[in-house]
Amino acid sequence: MSSSADPAVQVKDLTRDFGSTRALDGASFEVGKSEIFGLLGPNGAGKTTTMRILLTLLRPTSGTARVAGLDVTAEPVAVRRQVGWVPQDRTVDPLLTAAENVTFMAGMYHLSPREGRRRAAELLAMADLSEHARRPARDLSGGMRRKLELAMSLVNVPAVLFLDEPTLGLDISARRNLWAYVREIRDSGTTIMLTTHYLEEADMLCDRVAIIDRGRIQATGVPAELKERLACATLDDVFLAATGQQLAEQPAADQLVTS
Amino acid sequence: MTAAGLGIQPVTVWTGLWREHRVLFGRWLARLRREPLALLALLVQPMVWLLLFGHLFGQMAATAQVPGGSYLRFMTAGAVVMTTFNGCLMGGVELLFDRESGFLIRMLAAPARRVSIVTSRFIYLAALTTAQGLIITAAAWIMGVRYATGLAGIAACLAIGALFGAGITALSVGLAFSLRTHSQFFPITGFASLPLTFASSALVPLALMPGWLRAVARLNPMTYAIDALRTLILTGWQAGPLLGTVAALVAFDVICLTAATLALRRGLR
Repeated sequence: MSSSADPAVQVKDLTRDFGSTRALDGASFEVGKSEIFGLLGPNGAGKTTTMRILLTLLRPTSGTARVAGLDVTAEPVAVRRQVGWVPQDRTVDPLLTAAENVTFMAGMYHLSPREGRRRAAELLAMADLSEHARRPARDLSGGMRRKLELAMSLVNVPAVLFLDEPTLGLDISARRNLWAYVREIRDSGTTIMLTTHYLEEADMLCDRVAIIDRGRIQATGVPAELKERLACATLDDVFLAATGQQLAEQPAADQLVTS
Repeated sequence: MTAAGLGIQPVTVWTGLWREHRVLFGRWLARLRREPLALLALLVQPMVWLLLFGHLFGQMAATAQVPGGSYLRFMTAGAVVMTTFNGCLMGGVELLFDRESGFLIRMLAAPARRVSIVTSRFIYLAALTTAQGLIITAAAWIMGVRYATGLAGIAACLAIGALFGAGITALSVGLAFSLRTHSQFFPITGFASLPLTFASSALVPLALMPGWLRAVARLNPMTYAIDALRTLILTGWQAGPLLGTVAALVAFDVICLTAATLALRRGLR
């Protein structure tokens, strides 16, 4: 059972093997309620594996993970009711309208048709997409589509929202716009856990970050505190000190500018 | 705004199944409506079978012994089953598209039952091919084809078509979860489609086939469905053979569903 004292996410000695490859190697961390928590790490560090275990899409090899006080292995469906997710892949249905995309997700979370329509109107308004509600999603700009994905992930008023590279491929103004939206979601009481390649994003947006490398958590803390503790000027240097390497070169999609 | 984590309450099994199927079915339908060319093809293709093949082979068939006296009457059963076959054979590819785009895994993270994604596809394809079957029946009626078994016979024909279509859908869905990309899907279904159609009683009665082809056609589940429809259209109610067909098609469906389940276990994991 969950109680109000539980952290939003609690990961303990989490390990996951894929064949002979160990993707997660005893990772432990906690995310407090209403935090924006960033998981930073190079490609292949275990970010996606961690997130998929917390989303009940992968089972851990060993260790425990609790989301909103619920064990992800013992009560996967209860966990799914409590979480939202924006995957890194673009997953709006381009043929459906913006509103239809949201009401579709509402149905998948078992809202009634009427609740679904009400929730869609509310979420599209919050995402500044009301006037585009009846447009097919393929006609929306990159930034608007990303906001639509966030709206889709909020139909169940999740206790914890997982964002995988939320601003990858967005230009700077769309990125800032999305940050403001993410803060607004947090202010409504949802805890946010995100992965990012952008250290600037971690610095500006996250209350706390964890640096993960080779399946292990190398450092955890408030960005400013981490800089102080490791005597670094920037989060980039913190990353270098914690992992012994620069943050892996930005993925190719990063070079694209979408308005 | 509602407090976080309090947004949704668990619902009963039936309410949950109804709500998830409602939006899943609605999405398949909306995707079809937004692709006008695909929709047009689905409506026109059944006519093409009937008109083109019906007239093309009808001339040749005039000299041969065609059961039912007219090739068009003979052909109607084949047109209904071929349309069901083609619709269902392609029916799994949307799930492959969803897998490729990442939409599928996003659906898997929702509390909706995973199997509903597949069952909604079965329901959608059964509805779609039934509608096509009705169009063919209406077109054939206009061209003078009367069912020996009347309205009840039409309903029985569509039900047998759906029973046959379910097995084909299972194969298609299984294929969609066994392949990595849709560029592998189309060559396989395209390659399977024509030989299976010709090695059935759709266009030519078994009696007029060379022996080896007749042997193959006898193993083809499409032949069973077509022969049952043909009896209902040309002859009348024949309980014995009809029940035999239904039993054979149920067995076919069970085999296909078992194969598809194995593929799904891997694909939906």
